[in-house]
Amino acid sequence: MAFREEVRAWLEENCPPSMRTPMPEEEQVWGGRRAEWRNPDSKIWMERAAAKGFTAPLWPQNYGGAGLTKEEAKILAQEMARIRARPPLLSFGIWMLGPVLLEFGNEAQKKEHLPKIAKGEIRWCQGYSEPGAGSDLAGLQTKAEDKGDHYLVNGQKIWTSYADKADWIFCLVRTDKSKKHDGISFLLIDMDDKGVETKPIRLISGASPFCETFFANVRVPKENLVHDLHKGWTVAKRLLQYERNAISDFRGDIITSGGGAMEDVAKDYCGEEKGAVADGAMRDAVSAHKMESHAFGLTLRRVQEEAKAGGPTAATSILKYFGAEHNKRRFELLLEMMGMEALGWEGQSFSDSQLATARNWLRSKGNSIEGGTSEIQLNVIAKRVLGLPD
Amino acid sequence: MAFLLSEEHGLLRETAAQFFQDHMPVSHLRALRDAGEGEAFDGNLWKKMAELGFAGMMIPEDYGGTGFGALGMGLVFEEAGRRLSPSPLFATSCVSAEAVNHAGSEAQKKAHLPKIAAGERIFAPAFDEGARHAPYAVSCEARRGRGGFTLRGRKRFAPDGGAADWLIVSARTSGEKDDKRGITLFLFPSDARGVERVSLSMADSRGMADIQLEDVALGEDSVLGELDRGGEILSRVLDVSRIALASEMLGAARELFERILAHMKERRQFDQPIGSFQALKHRAAEMFCQIELGHSVVWDGLSALEEGRDDVAQMASLAKARMSEALRHITNEAVQLHGGMGMTDELDMGLFMKRARVQAQLYGDGRFHRARYARLGGF
Ligand SMILES: Cc1cc2nc3c(=O)[nH]c(=O)nc-3n(C[C@H](O)[C@H](O)[C@H](O)COP(=O)(O)OP(=O)(O)OC[C@H]3O[C@@H](n4cnc5c(N)ncnc54)[C@H](O)[C@@H]3O)c2cc1C
Repeated sequence: MAFREEVRAWLEENCPPSMRTPMPEEEQVWGGRRAEWRNPDSKIWMERAAAKGFTAPLWPQNYGGAGLTKEEAKILAQEMARIRARPPLLSFGIWMLGPVLLEFGNEAQKKEHLPKIAKGEIRWCQGYSEPGAGSDLAGLQTKAEDKGDHYLVNGQKIWTSYADKADWIFCLVRTDKSKKHDGISFLLIDMDDKGVETKPIRLISGASPFCETFFANVRVPKENLVHDLHKGWTVAKRLLQYERNAISDFRGDIITSGGGAMEDVAKDYCGEEKGAVADGAMRDAVSAHKMESHAFGLTLRRVQEEAKAGGPTAATSILKYFGAEHNKRRFELLLEMMGMEALGWEGQSFSDSQLATARNWLRSKGNSIEGGTSEIQLNVIAKRVLGLPD
Repeated sequence: MAFLLSEEHGLLRETAAQFFQDHMPVSHLRALRDAGEGEAFDGNLWKKMAELGFAGMMIPEDYGGTGFGALGMGLVFEEAGRRLSPSPLFATSCVSAEAVNHAGSEAQKKAHLPKIAAGERIFAPAFDEGARHAPYAVSCEARRGRGGFTLRGRKRFAPDGGAADWLIVSARTSGEKDDKRGITLFLFPSDARGVERVSLSMADSRGMADIQLEDVALGEDSVLGELDRGGEILSRVLDVSRIALASEMLGAARELFERILAHMKERRQFDQPIGSFQALKHRAAEMFCQIELGHSVVWDGLSALEEGRDDVAQMASLAKARMSEALRHITNEAVQLHGGMGMTDELDMGLFMKRARVQAQLYGDGRFHRARYARLGGF
């Protein structure tokens, strides 16, 4: 109880009012050397939260975190949600790299990288996929050769989200050609190093959030190897778990915050009759969709409860898959309801939210590809949870 | 929320699982069906269930019940659902016990609840009048006369209607057909003068009957709850019953899915287990998702009841709709994935499928509950 009051008071004092409003995409805070601040309050908010360790609540204090227990972190999240506080910092470093550094990194690596992540000073991107290695990630070819005091890295990554805005990249590289999984290592690379280059890729939504990333004779100090040589696959897999959890948590937030609007959109676009959506078929579809959100939200909560009690968590395996597909269905339904007005591309004839619907609809298609495709998720459920044979 | 079972509940679940497995496996339903005529359940086994406390799950201890609470009830239904166990558990100990306990006078509770808990009295709720669930579409009328009421009309598809000693009937005392207001519940013996019951032979081999009421004369004391307010009682009673049905369906879904997986691992074609074919793996994983979501909604529905939350109605519709759809899908897949064997009566897949459709129709299918969920949600 005391902790809740403490957090509440702190938030009251430190979270600027403009940070308690819905966050337009261009005001998202990702930190880094090249951070842009559309809204000066977001800088203040990030710095204050970081000073308390609240950007990485579960990390130990000496690495820039707040050293909270899971219970306390939950209270913090609840209190932030209560005042609709924006997340002070979005970060692949916090969601993905940090947790594996805590587990696999050496002391020097933790001391060097974690505080900079938590403070939003360094922005990270993920160098996993390659043109020839997507779902079959372990087929990657980007190589790192041992040159005595450093590794020499050559190759190409692709679909590297925000590579053009990131400062560092965590990379899977091949250190042994004779073995597949056991010839991969996990390297941290400064993108300011000579030989690293990025080229944005334009997506169907018109945005260019990800890039091709090229490495030409990049010299990477040996101390940037995480875990043992050739043991990168272990780190890589663990990081993917964190990534999928982050994706489904994120989805959970979207569902609880944005899900309520579906019926209003339906009424606006399909008419209203005595308080009900006039089009009966549409009403049925919206109700089915909201039921699915409700059921998925409850499943997220159940998984958290079960995990906390150390109980069975087989349901965890469905979150990434189901959340992605659910979100895609959500946008298809929005399109059906809004008709042509969801298909405007730009200009004054469409409202901001209509234009955003079109873009977000297209963006949602990536949900079932990023972080492991839906098909791969189903394979994993079938194999690991259901025990079906190869 | 009660997503984690207490030790006590864990034990209850084990007891129930053991009981239904030992005494009422699917072969029990099959045997009853093949014997043809007669009651659709075994009276002696019902007595045994009563001894274990299952008959009085929803009845407070003061009236001879075991008061397991909603979660306890759900667990028992889940296990019964796994074995397709036929018994008065639903019609008597869930629907009717809840109606009497929720709306009955002290005298009615004293008269009936201990009998129900002891497994000595069978009840049939007779609410619907058509083929599709519509609780307020009541045209069966109860006219007020001297010293009581005269009931006239026809109720349809009353679960355990043929076997019941007593009936709970919804009838109109005022208002128009489809009005929630103006419905009154009546509680009376099934052998009252003017009651004619026609047992229905249903696909799922469980008991159901149509009930013709020809000027059935009833005293004031047969009114259950307040006059004209039966609609409100009904929504409460139906919601409890819907969540119980959803629990039963969850049990059936789990059982079927386990059987499907076992078959996929064992059956070989093209020199490999059919479970190695990716098209089938993905279908299995899809079913797993449906079951996991079903688990979440059913258990949260039970928690809503247990904690007396104000979203019981939403939860009942959510659970009933989702489980009805999920079980339809899984029963269809169960037949398909067993191939020709799936079509045979020898395998149990058909029994699960037939039961699933009756479960879905009973007290509202997916469509019904999506419409209701929308209404409750203000759209
Ligand atoms: C929005 C977005 C952001 C991303 N961000 C990053 C990033 O920051 N860093 C990074 O490294 N990568 C990133 N990715 C890449 C992503 O991880 C890959 O796209 C993904 O792993 C799939 O690989 P692929 O594109 O090569 O498709 P492929 O592997 O070629 O897959 C093509 C199709 O084949 C199917 N398929 C493949 N193998 C199987 C199988 N065994 N069984 C059944 N079906 C199969 C797939 O499911 C898919 O439908 C991002 C992707 C997207 C869409």
